[in-house]
Amino acid sequence: MTNTLPPFSLADMAGTSFAFPQAAGGKPALLCFVKEDCPTCNLVMPLLQALHESGDVAVLAPGQTADGNRTLVERHGLTLPLLDDSILKVSFAYDVETVPLLLLADADGVETARLTGFDRAEWQAFFERHAPNAIVDWQALPKWRPGCGSLTQDPVIAERLRAESENSPLRARKIEIAPADDVHEFLFDQGFTDGLPVVPPTAERVLRMLSGTRRDSQEIVAKIAPNYAPATVEKIAINAVLAGCRPEHLPVVIAGVEAIANKRFNIHGVNATTMGASPVLVVNGPIRERIGMNMGLGVLGQGSRANAAIGRAVRLAVRNIGGAKPGGTERSTLGNPMKYTMCFPEWEERSPWDALHVERGFKAEDSVVTAFAMSSGPALCVDQTSRTARQLAGSLALSLEAAHHVRAHNASDALLVVSPEHVDTLKRDGFTKDDIRDHVQHVTARPLSELAADDDVGGGLPRERLEAMPAERRERLMPKFAAKENIHIVVAGAEAGKFSGVFHGWAGGEIGSVPVSVKIET
Amino acid sequence: MTVILDPTDERVPVTRSVTPRPAAITGRVALLDIAKPRGNVLLDRLADQLAERLPGVTVNRYAKPTFTKPAPDALRQDIKADNDFVIEALAD
Repeated sequence: MTNTLPPFSLADMAGTSFAFPQAAGGKPALLCFVKEDCPTCNLVMPLLQALHESGDVAVLAPGQTADGNRTLVERHGLTLPLLDDSILKVSFAYDVETVPLLLLADADGVETARLTGFDRAEWQAFFERHAPNAIVDWQALPKWRPGCGSLTQDPVIAERLRAESENSPLRARKIEIAPADDVHEFLFDQGFTDGLPVVPPTAERVLRMLSGTRRDSQEIVAKIAPNYAPATVEKIAINAVLAGCRPEHLPVVIAGVEAIANKRFNIHGVNATTMGASPVLVVNGPIRERIGMNMGLGVLGQGSRANAAIGRAVRLAVRNIGGAKPGGTERSTLGNPMKYTMCFPEWEERSPWDALHVERGFKAEDSVVTAFAMSSGPALCVDQTSRTARQLAGSLALSLEAAHHVRAHNASDALLVVSPEHVDTLKRDGFTKDDIRDHVQHVTARPLSELAADDDVGGGLPRERLEAMPAERRERLMPKFAAKENIHIVVAGAEAGKFSGVFHGWAGGEIGSVPVSVKIET
Repeated sequence: MTVILDPTDERVPVTRSVTPRPAAITGRVALLDIAKPRGNVLLDRLADQLAERLPGVTVNRYAKPTFTKPAPDALRQDIKADNDFVIEALAD
């Protein structure tokens, strides 16, 4: 049975291409697969050079690493064509198990002889038969040396290298789950889950997930703390599968990961704080409708796959890619359920105001995800009796004042989710978002003397600091928020119900977390 | 067999979880013969050694019908229910 060897074209270090079998120019071609860190390959390099100089055969030597090829040429003074097979495409095509692997082929590329490793008697016989003009001092060589494992067999990298050589979009390590293992128990035991079951990320599912984006699977979207590990599109897609996403959710997840990994968002601090902050993701723009996000009834609760799975995927990416786990670098005293997932869209069409992303400088037709670091929420503001916008904004103000501690003023960010019925009350009197913000600051402005700790309440401004102040300063008014721009306002929720939601922030600004918006690829 | 893609940064090798090693052998020890030739001889010696060194330990003997197949569920359940430790003589 004849074995026609696969044709290939590889370049040497100078960039000159050599095509097999044509490059042999009608002579028998001698292929020898080598890698630099193999002692036996180094042993035979002078022999290959002698074969090349003999002119009896056309030598082509695919080397398995680019740096190694350079070293081999220098070490052995080679002039034979040492070819760059560092992506191992040809090594995989030839199914090379051991190097050196020597193959002789006739002018048509049909294999006529094969040697593996180094057996002096075999090599000597081979030379006498096929390259009588080669000059070799056989007695100076050892009788036998085993070959080395081809790089294509390396258990750590073989799968990834094979995927690269085949242009597969999947490069992640493959993990085999034994038939006797329960898949779900295994995924939990490995620490891949947030405590709830996850969807096993098989290659088929991840490939399907990747169909949701046009981005290259190996593109690095961000590096996630604390490990600062590269979050490739593929790794994000794997976590999106775990979380239960559909492919059309993936672009939102990718943008969400980019947002939370932005240095200004400070995900490391958000995870590590004992206060227990968590990303809250707000989605704006046309993608909300297209992927079926829920902006109405129960918007901040369960039931919507898109809302739940997108937020969860970002959290799982932080956990799995970034390496932040409770008890490790995630050290929240109490935690909060938003650490499983918190992602929702703004109901822009139900709002009389500019949408969040437009306020933040994007076009209305852009799809955008905005990440906030929130330590608790949504806390409910119940107000079924206000009939004016001013009254209602005052109620919202007092709910916002409860963030962290009623007496903790000069606070950073908060996120207010105004429900449609409350929107109608505010709209009727022509209240803008800025009117709401101004009124919140007005209603919550209190003299420092009222914000200090006393015998009944120990939180707030330390008593001794108050007492160190001049009398007139003690009566200076301080509103809840350091700046009114810290009050972020969106519209969402069911048509029925005079209730709004308040998310309380964490440390803000450069010492904490700054909200970050990222445009979603559509 | 299910094959999944690693969702992590791949810095940590994938490991199967192993029950923590107890400080001392107490209670009941199962000796499981998988039906490989002379596995029973090895386990006989082991039983003698256990009786000599750890007289308080109870030794229970079990055998798989054949080494070529996984242990029947009933056998696994019996071993789990009635023992604190298992020593399995794996190969010939």
